[in-house]
Amino acid sequence: MSGKPKAAFFDLAGCEGDQLQIANLEEKVLDLINIVEVVSFREIMKEHSDDYDIAFIEGSVTNDHLAERLEEIRENASIVVGLGSCATIGGINSIRNSQDHEEVKHRVYGDQADLFPSWDKAKAIEDVIKVDYHVHGCPIDRDEFIHVVESLVLGKDPEIPNYPVCVECKLNENICAFERDEFCVGPVTRAGCDSCCVNEGTICWGCRGLIDNPNDDAHSDVLEEYGLSAEEVMKKFNLYFGWQQEARKDE
Amino acid sequence: MSKEVNVDVEYLTRVEGHGNIVVNAKDGKIEKCEWQVVEAPRFFESMVVGRSWKELHHITSRICGICSIGHSLTSLKATEEAMGIEISQQDEMLRKLALHGENMQSHILHVGYLALPDLAGVGSVIPLASSHPDELKTVIGLHRLANDMSKLLCGRTTHPQRLIPGGFSKLPTIEELETLKGRLADSVEDLKAVASFVKGLASRFPDFERETEFFSLGHDKEYPLYDGKLKSSDTGTALVEDYLSMTNEYIVPQSTAKYTKNNREAYMVGALARLNNNYDNLSPMAKEVAESFGLEPVCHNPYMNNVAQIVEVVHNVEDSIRLIDLVLDMGLEEQSPYHQPDIDVRAGRGIGAIEVPRGILFHDYTYDDDGICTEANAIIPTNQNHGNIQYDMESLVPQMLADKTEKEIELALEMLVRAYDPCISCSTHYVDVKFV
Repeated sequence: MSGKPKAAFFDLAGCEGDQLQIANLEEKVLDLINIVEVVSFREIMKEHSDDYDIAFIEGSVTNDHLAERLEEIRENASIVVGLGSCATIGGINSIRNSQDHEEVKHRVYGDQADLFPSWDKAKAIEDVIKVDYHVHGCPIDRDEFIHVVESLVLGKDPEIPNYPVCVECKLNENICAFERDEFCVGPVTRAGCDSCCVNEGTICWGCRGLIDNPNDDAHSDVLEEYGLSAEEVMKKFNLYFGWQQEARKDE
Repeated sequence: MSKEVNVDVEYLTRVEGHGNIVVNAKDGKIEKCEWQVVEAPRFFESMVVGRSWKELHHITSRICGICSIGHSLTSLKATEEAMGIEISQQDEMLRKLALHGENMQSHILHVGYLALPDLAGVGSVIPLASSHPDELKTVIGLHRLANDMSKLLCGRTTHPQRLIPGGFSKLPTIEELETLKGRLADSVEDLKAVASFVKGLASRFPDFERETEFFSLGHDKEYPLYDGKLKSSDTGTALVEDYLSMTNEYIVPQSTAKYTKNNREAYMVGALARLNNNYDNLSPMAKEVAESFGLEPVCHNPYMNNVAQIVEVVHNVEDSIRLIDLVLDMGLEEQSPYHQPDIDVRAGRGIGAIEVPRGILFHDYTYDDDGICTEANAIIPTNQNHGNIQYDMESLVPQMLADKTEKEIELALEMLVRAYDPCISCSTHYVDVKFV
């Protein structure tokens, strides 16, 4: 890449909350456009170009049309980055992966369900194309996004944590959710969010997805203290892990 | 006249989600004029079936990143009604503040970043950084204030955490509320500056009117966002529980989003509908700003929805200051950390209706004895506008065919759709203008 790398933003099936975090950078957006040239970002600009180096993709893949778009993007880009849970791990969309697809369709569209083609499972983008980097979270963390962009511009690999949310949560001195008789997936969920949800008085819902090897790398102190295994935690509370759980079975 | 007009805008830009506008005219006759919504369906109403009452607001918040606070609150109201959960007066005021914060954030984003480039004759907000640096910094400052406010009330700016069934998991402190109040008061001058900047460009909004029905919440005493009855400019007020007979969803083949209608072929929701239906209850300063634009009820120009959004932001700020004063005067009642309200889980059905930035939103849930959702329905504001956008296009295009160029027609149609501030991913995902 010579000069400023060209960046493009795309969205598949999702809520566009991750692209919103880029608008939410406020003044820092001006710094961002100093280090990358944004050539396509449908949500905020009319101009569009297929000539880009880095593609940022939000949303899950849920039908053939989106898969084709994704493959085109992969051909055009030298670096593909997934933005947010729906893209990186299937996210909330994958709740329906364990449901009966005929029922899922019928409940929403009745006898006209076949007008709207959709796969029976929502997939992460890496199920369809090679993905170089992931910015996890629902939504993404703005600082982590900046870290990833800066790293790519400098030609470095971004550092994404591979330890559980419990580590950050302990540092923040939260009262453990299990201690409060709540159920929490922090012991198996990838950190990097600074345990933001527990800090706000709730639990870790798992939006950043599983750590690489949950059975080995889960937070063992918490699991031991409450007599749980990593498998039990993943099985009992599954909002975000639907696609990842299936991918693990295939391995 | 032998004019041929072909407009084909695939994936309309500067809107949330994906849609297409397809228009083609030959010899002055319109052969096709269609607003198409082609977003991939996400099936939220099915995904929540089988899930616990404790998770529904978290899941349904993901319907929309921009109005995630509104979806959470509507979801909570539905769950709370289903289980007979009452929230305190303080919590209700804090929720209203959260909703004001989100409305400000969403409207400023739309007017400042998405609609303004059309008025300034550029393709995006990026060139404004060099052509109008001071105005853009003012817009960014207001956007940040709105986001900081949402974060203070909800724990996060997007996909809130503190909003839970029965109240809040964590409250802002007195000091934080006082600081927020000061910042809101200081923002008034900036807001007036933005209003005056837009006013200088407002002549670029097409002078187009089409009589339609306006649908929103209605309330005797307040400008209704969090609470109220249903109100139609045609058929009057109705109870929230009768929402199905006012919305009448139907499926059209060119759209993955369901359309709605009430008294006419289509109705409009959103800032302009709210303003038309509830003008008297706007805050004093909001009315002043409306008057400065010559905006008064009943306004039938859909492009004026942009202006109605500016007026509402002024109302949001003024009413937020009033609410913070009320909370502080009553003395902020504290609660334990990681607060979990006592909930008596039971079977039932509940309907939540809230005005979110783009219009009236409904969530309707049925729970079993264990608090597991057995049935869900959600009616999203943008879906309620799709039909009205279609009829506006059918009325606007013939008026422009005689003396406007293809480019001018295309821009007017793009601006029309943008004026509705559609949030298509809410329902599904797509805006393209195709003059085929």
